[in-house]
This record gives sequence, C-alpha cells and structure tokens, in this order.
Amino acid sequence: MTYALETSGLDKHFGGLHVTRDLSLKIVPGARHALIGPNGAGKTTVINQLTGVLEPSAGRILLEGQDITDLPVHKRVLRGLSRTFQINQLYPDLTPLETIGLAVSERLGGGGNWWRRMGTRDDINAEIAETLERFRLLDVMNDRTSTLPYGKQRLLEIAVAIAAKPRVLLLDEPAAGVPEGERKDILAAVAALPRDVTVLLIEHDMDLVFSFADRISVLVSGALLVEGTPEEVARDPQVKAVYLGEAA
Amino acid sequence: MTTNAQTDVGILARQHGRWHWSEFAFWIVVLAVGLAFPSRYLIMTEILRLALFALSLDLILGYAGIVSLGHAAFFGVGAYCAGLLSVHGLINEPVLALIVAGLAATVLGFVTSFLVIRGVDLTRLMVTLGIALLMEALAERFSNITGGTDGLQGIDIQPIFGVFAFDMFGKTGFFYSLAVLFVLFLLARTIVHSPFGLSLRAIKNNPLRAAAVGIPVNKRLIAIYTVAAFYAGIAGALFTQTTALASLDVFSFERSADLVLLLVIGGSGYLYGGLIGAAVFRMLQELFQWITPQYWMFWIGLVLVVIVMVGRHRIHAYALWLPNLILRQIAGRKAAVVLTDNEAP
Amino acid sequence: MTSILTNLFDGVAYGMLLFVLACGLAVTLGLMNFVNLAHGAFAMAGGYVCAIMVNRVGWPFFAALPLAFVASAMIGALLERTLYQHLYARSHLDQVLFSIGLVFMTVATVDYIMGSSRIFIKLPDVLQGQFDIFGVGIGRYRLMIIAICGLLTVGLQLVLSKTRFGSRLRAAVDDPRAASGLGINVPQVFAFTFAFGCGLAGLGGALSAEILGLDPYFPLKFMIYFLIVVTVGGSSSITGPFLASLLLGIGDVAGKYYVPKLGPFVIYTIMIVILIWRPNGLFGRTATR
Repeated sequence: MTYALETSGLDKHFGGLHVTRDLSLKIVPGARHALIGPNGAGKTTVINQLTGVLEPSAGRILLEGQDITDLPVHKRVLRGLSRTFQINQLYPDLTPLETIGLAVSERLGGGGNWWRRMGTRDDINAEIAETLERFRLLDVMNDRTSTLPYGKQRLLEIAVAIAAKPRVLLLDEPAAGVPEGERKDILAAVAALPRDVTVLLIEHDMDLVFSFADRISVLVSGALLVEGTPEEVARDPQVKAVYLGEAA
Repeated sequence: MTTNAQTDVGILARQHGRWHWSEFAFWIVVLAVGLAFPSRYLIMTEILRLALFALSLDLILGYAGIVSLGHAAFFGVGAYCAGLLSVHGLINEPVLALIVAGLAATVLGFVTSFLVIRGVDLTRLMVTLGIALLMEALAERFSNITGGTDGLQGIDIQPIFGVFAFDMFGKTGFFYSLAVLFVLFLLARTIVHSPFGLSLRAIKNNPLRAAAVGIPVNKRLIAIYTVAAFYAGIAGALFTQTTALASLDVFSFERSADLVLLLVIGGSGYLYGGLIGAAVFRMLQELFQWITPQYWMFWIGLVLVVIVMVGRHRIHAYALWLPNLILRQIAGRKAAVVLTDNEAP
Repeated sequence: MTSILTNLFDGVAYGMLLFVLACGLAVTLGLMNFVNLAHGAFAMAGGYVCAIMVNRVGWPFFAALPLAFVASAMIGALLERTLYQHLYARSHLDQVLFSIGLVFMTVATVDYIMGSSRIFIKLPDVLQGQFDIFGVGIGRYRLMIIAICGLLTVGLQLVLSKTRFGSRLRAAVDDPRAASGLGINVPQVFAFTFAFGCGLAGLGGALSAEILGLDPYFPLKFMIYFLIVVTVGGSSSITGPFLASLLLGIGDVAGKYYVPKLGPFVIYTIMIVILIWRPNGLFGRTATR
C-alpha cells in the first residue's frame, strides 16, 4: 500500500554525532501517529529532515509514495506536508490576517502575484476568514503578531500550518509552554482536524499522546526502539525502562 | 457570520494598499515645489534621481531585508548604457534608451542575484561591495569604451519623443525625471501591496516560516533583487540623460554608502522613506558644503554616527512627533504615520 | 625566473603587512560579530602619527613605530569604551552605517589637518635600496617588513596558544555566553583585544606608508582588502587570515605585474567566488553551529 509518509534508512550525522540511526517509519493515511522519546532522542531532527530544513546523511523520504528527499522546503509544503515548530516561528511585524493570507495565497497559486492587491480575491478572503474563525483569532486579526499573548501566538502557529491544507501534518509539541487555561483551545484545534489528514505528533505530554494517538513510535538515541498501538507501547518493558529510568 | 468575517477580512486586507490622503498631499506638494522654484530645477532633478535610486534600495532592504553596499553597480551600468547609446547614436529616443539601460542593469541584477541570496548579512555585504568594485575595475580596464576617469565624451541627448528638448535650465529634465519617478513609484507601490510584496516582508521577518508555508524564498529574493536592479539602472540612466555625464564615479563606494544613509534618514520599508530621505540628504549636503566646502564628508559621517548611536527608531519617533500630533488634533484618531522596520540583530 | 622570485618576495612582504593591518579586524568580527568598516582608520592614524614624529619632530623611524602602535591602541580603546561597545548587539546594518560614518569623519579630519596629498615617511638609510641574493632583488625595507611582521605573527600565535589570556580569548571567540558563564570577563577581554588589534593596525599603517601609500583616503581604499582577508580567511583562528593575507598579497603583486590591466578585477572575482563557495571563509569552520 502507499503510505502517507514513509522513511527508509534515514540517517543523520553532525560531525561525530550520530543523531538519526537507520530510521524507517511507515505512517498510514489518516493515522494519528505519535513520535515520542526522552529528551535528546533526536525527534526534532527527524522533523527537520522530513520537512527539508536539514539534509539527511543517508536514506529516503516518501510522501504519499513520491520521493521528496531532494525537494526544497517550500515544494514539500505545496505537495501537502506542513508543520508547526516547537518554538513559534511567526512574522513579528505581520498580522494574523496577513500570516494566514500568505499561506492561503501561496497554496492557491496567487503568492507570486505582484499586480493584484492583497484582499481582492474572494476565495482567498473566505478561506482566511474561515481559518481565523476556527482558531478564534478573528478579534486580533489586525494586530501585530508580536503584540499577541503567547496562547494566541501558539494558536496562530498551528493555524498557519493548517492553512496550507496539508495531507500530512507534523506537530512539534503543539502545547509546549501554553498555560493550562489556554491548552484546551489548542487541543480542540488539533482534535478537530479532518480525519483524512495524517498527523505525526511529537509530544512530551503523555496524557496528550495517549488520548490522541492511535499508533506510537518510540525514539531513543536517534533509533527506533518500539512501534505499536498505545496499549502495546504502554506495556512494553523496554519503554518502561527508558521512561522510568529517565524519571528516576 | 462567516460572510461578515469574509467581508471584514477583505476590507482589512485591502486597507494597506489603499491610497491615504497624505499620499495625495505628498505628491501635490512635490509638484507644487517643482512649479514654485523654477531656478532650482537642477538640484530638484538631482533629488528626484536620488529618490528613485533610494526607492530601488528600499525594495530590497526595507522589504526583503537584503543589505547592499554595492547598489552603485546597477546605477553605473544604467548610466553608462544610456551614455553609450547616445554617443554611438544607437537609440536616440531618450525614453526608449532609458528602458534599454534599465534592462541592461536588470540583466546584471538577475545574474548577480544568485550570488547575493546565498549567505548571511556579512557575505551579502561583501559580495555586493565586490560586485560594484568589479564593475568599477571593468570600466577602468575598458577605458577605451567608457572614457575612464574623464568620462564619456560627446553625450548629446535628443528631445523626448522628438518633441521636448532638454533645456539649459533643466526644466525638461525635471519634469521628465518626475514623470519617471512617479510611474516607477506606482509600480513599486503595486508590488509591495501585492501577495508577492507581502511574501517579501514575510521572508524578511522569518525566512524559516516563510519557506514552511510554501513560499519559494530564493525565487522571490531573486525576483525583487532583479527588479531593484532595474530601478537603479533607470536612476543611473536618468543621471546620464539629465546631466550628459557618465564617468567612473557612477560606480563609487561613496555612492552606495550615501544611498544607504539617505534611506536610513528617511526610514525604510514604506516607500516614501527614500523620497523624503533623498530630499533631506541633498539639503544636508548642500548645507554642509556651504559651511565647509571641502570637508562636508565629516558632517555626513557625523550624521551617520549620531543616527546609529541615538537609534534609528528613536530618531524617526522624534521626527514624526509633530506630524502625528497635528494628525491627532485634526483627524482625532491615532497617528497615521508609523514606521515599522525591525532588522533582526 | 628571478623576476618571479622577486615578485614572490614582494608579495610575501605585502601579504604579511596586510595581515598585521587586518588581524585586529578578524577578532572584532570573530569575537563580537561586529562589522567594523572603520578598521583602516586606525591604521591611518598610526601612519600619520609615525609620519609626524619622524618628519616634523625628528624622531628616528624605529622609535616612532612603537608610538604608532601605542597611539592607535589608545584611540581604539577610547572609541571602544565610548562608542563601539554600545553597538555589539545591534544589527549588521547599524554597525556598517556607524563605521562608515566614522570613516567619513576620519577622512575629512585628516584631510583638514594634514592635507589631501600622499605623504612619505623619511626612512633611515639602512632601509633604502635593495641588494641581490643570487640575482634576486631583495628590497631592504620589504625584508624588514617580513622580519617584523613575521615576528609579530609568531608572537601572536604563541600568545594565543600558550598564555592564559590566549585561552580566554579563544574561549570567548568560540562561545561568548559559555565563556562568561565560566567567569571570563568577556567585555574586558574584548576591549583589550580590540585596542591591541587597533594598535597592530596602527603599526601596520606606519609600515605601509612606503608600500601602500598614505593619504586621507587610505581607510576607504583598503577597506575591501581588510575585509577580504577576514572573510576569505575566516575568523575562527589567525592562521586563516594569515594565509589569506599571503595569498592576497602574492596574488595582487603578481596580478599587477603580469596582467596590469586586470589586477583588481582578478582579486575581486576570486573573492566573490570564494565567498560563494565557502561562505564561512576558505579556512573557516564549515560545520553548522
């Protein structure tokens, strides 16, 4: 079958540091897949290779059966692979409206358009409005991003990834640093994703992982330790050793 | 609800690109000044030319965040191209020659953009500086074509469209330059308020995020750098056409450095900065030359040092204090003139 | 054959001079990530101090050289404490604007005080003329430059690798934050190094009056050369800038001799190619940090 996202023999060295070891992941379409592991396991490095920020030392990456290993970042996005960052990567001087507007324009093929004014295409406006509304950002849509409270910025970070209408969405610790009161907005946004979107979640919060994921891969020192359903992973003695060992 | 939101989004998104009454006022003042001081056409033409040159730098620095210390390379190519077209009688119609000269600079801009988009600020500084020096060295090497330090001899610019001859008072030159500046300003204004222009600001703000929403970062930077080269080339060609001069100093480092200075004086990232900066800079220069004819460079240097030490943003806040106060009094709303340009440290 | 060797000799002398002139800039750029386009102004200051002492006051040349160092170092220290240190955290654009402003002011000031024409420093007879070794013409002055600059380079290398200050400096260059965590007073280390680098530039300026020519436009004319040394050589060690200086010196002398009409063209082209090929410099770090 064609996997939504597949890696084979992914390997990454930083000088003498071996941060990804022969990693082969297979994620089925529509999956809610979580990638977990102790600190320094190399989870974000994997995401960076999947999205093209880093070039793998060896191995291939397939998106819906097509090899994307050598594609630049932006082309992967247009093929349907989108991500959020662990630390917000937003445009401080732009408004949420403009931020979402850019993502939508780019996907609908109007991004390179230099003769038309922003805001003159109804289909783009409608989609911006719909996204802003879904993420409760309508009230602040004309404020500079740098002036927004952190929780709103986090929502915007996820909204902009989803505005790219991904087939596969990579969420890098979406709830990181969000105060308890604002977490539910973010969790609701993640839960409300359409079922046909495949999600790969990287998360430290085990409650979130087990309530969300239908399949879990455990990464230790850059290599895949265990993969299985949440129940299997929870029962696995090796995983327990890694996590209890870390907790102790 | 959703349709309302959609309408709001449309209105707010278009808001940026709408003509503000202060912009109409600006251009009316420019025209009025032009008509009011017929004895000052030469210096006013110089300001317009500088303004166009600065507009070019603003497109890459203010919008895309590319620092350049070698923008004179394109100015120079435009200047020599216009000069050579005239000397050899290849194209005698000035407007056509202007466009051809601009396109010559565009070609150089496109080719060198691949070098410039690579690397960080410092590499870009060095590469842009290097390209300008290279052009200067080339112009010196081929002095049989360029006339070397003496400059091109025998530039004779024919009447525009065969009708409007360049006069000794510079009247034709002034209105010609003003028309060119205005047309290119309109084009720049369209560009920066388009999705393409917005994506440049996004790249300047956060290239990582820009790429992660599908913006082809390098392609956009190449595009705007090439467009900026066209603008600079046109500015250079205007220089040659309105002064009938083209010598090696069109490529000089001081020309590039002054350009950065005047854009900083006017403020980058809102298009009018270059225009205002050009006027302020030229008048400062005039003032300094009047105080100490030989050593005005000292004062320009001092202005630079003071601007940086006090902080560009603070200076703009001071300069805008009065206009904003008046705006608040008259219009009874928040200040309309706000500058936001944050270069990442 | 002999002309090749003479050119090589001249090129080495020129390169070593460039190194002494520019190595302070390598530190400014490497340690504080500060783009100081005004480095040449400190060199010019040293050159003019030396010229005034020798030509007007009548000091011997060799006594005026140390003074050139001290004067430039003091000016450097003063400016670092009063102006430069406030700009370390600013954008490169601000730093560029500031240092260009400083260059403009220096050029105009020197022009005002000393006039705009090139000045020469009276050299003692010992340093004039040249002698032949196996038919290879060796200029006495250039031989002295190689000797002085060679000693300085060796000395610098020893200071950096063997002394406590050297290890502090290297730690601070590598990772300023970690270094200050280890109790190293990074601002102090930098202020001292900045002043020392300016001093070296001043000494270089005094030495170069004979070879490069000294006039008020010196900082602008040679700015690109200093920047080439640092960006091509990389700023992670002094070996890189040293090798880059030698290459540039030999290349420039050879270029002017063999292809006089294309001299600067060759240099700038090579610089651009290297910067595109290795943005961190020919001898700089390549690993992503």
